[in-house]
Amino acid sequence: MTMTRRDALALAMGGFAASVLPLPALADATADAIAKFTGGATAGEGGLTLTAPEIAENGNTVPVSVDAPGATEIAIYAPGNPTPGVAVFKFGPLAGSQAASIRIRLSKTQDLVAVAKMADGSFVQAKSTVKVTIGGCGG
Amino acid sequence: MKNVKPRVKVPKSASAGEVITIKTLISHPMESGQRKDKDGKVIPREIINRFTCDFNGENVIDVTLDPAVSTNPYIEFDAKVPEAGEFKFTWYDDDGSIYEDSKKIAIG
Repeated sequence: MTMTRRDALALAMGGFAASVLPLPALADATADAIAKFTGGATAGEGGLTLTAPEIAENGNTVPVSVDAPGATEIAIYAPGNPTPGVAVFKFGPLAGSQAASIRIRLSKTQDLVAVAKMADGSFVQAKSTVKVTIGGCGG
Repeated sequence: MKNVKPRVKVPKSASAGEVITIKTLISHPMESGQRKDKDGKVIPREIINRFTCDFNGENVIDVTLDPAVSTNPYIEFDAKVPEAGEFKFTWYDDDGSIYEDSKKIAIG
């Protein structure tokens, strides 16, 4: 077998892909958790607001709020935590608005993810990066 | 025995159909199951895993909590008040305990 320039390039690309693979693997637990929530449906954009501080000095209590008018459920995930699930809000018939606030723990700087299930069964997603100065998951 | 004390803030009265904000806090260690004690042993998980709020038997919000929720879980949300009645708040502990609180609201 002779090695053409194309083969060599393909090989190099493969090696590169293999070297970056471990990173997505880390986020897989979150992807799995989200897939479980959405039932495998792809989440769109818009209609969901995730409010979180840009910088959290203390990862033990980070105030976070979600707001998605017309949603029936909203889930929050922290991909950088040992377990990605944070909380799931299910809104009943007497919910005054599809919004809630909660205080959460973040172990390190990461992209928070919120996924909302809308009344028509579709899903939307929002992200927010939080810089954490002191992690909040103990040692 | 843990010293668990629920605290809830609900307005005393509202007009019919008004949307009010409810703030709830419960003192609870929310042991995440990730921390270790000084001998290096993992402290077992012990959290409140669910919180619900109902008004006159109808559901307002049902929250599932994971270990990533802070100590003394604080939850704020909105509720619609169609008539005078009572809000019932329930927290479910990992150890099977159930903590309850209720608040009456008048129309006026």
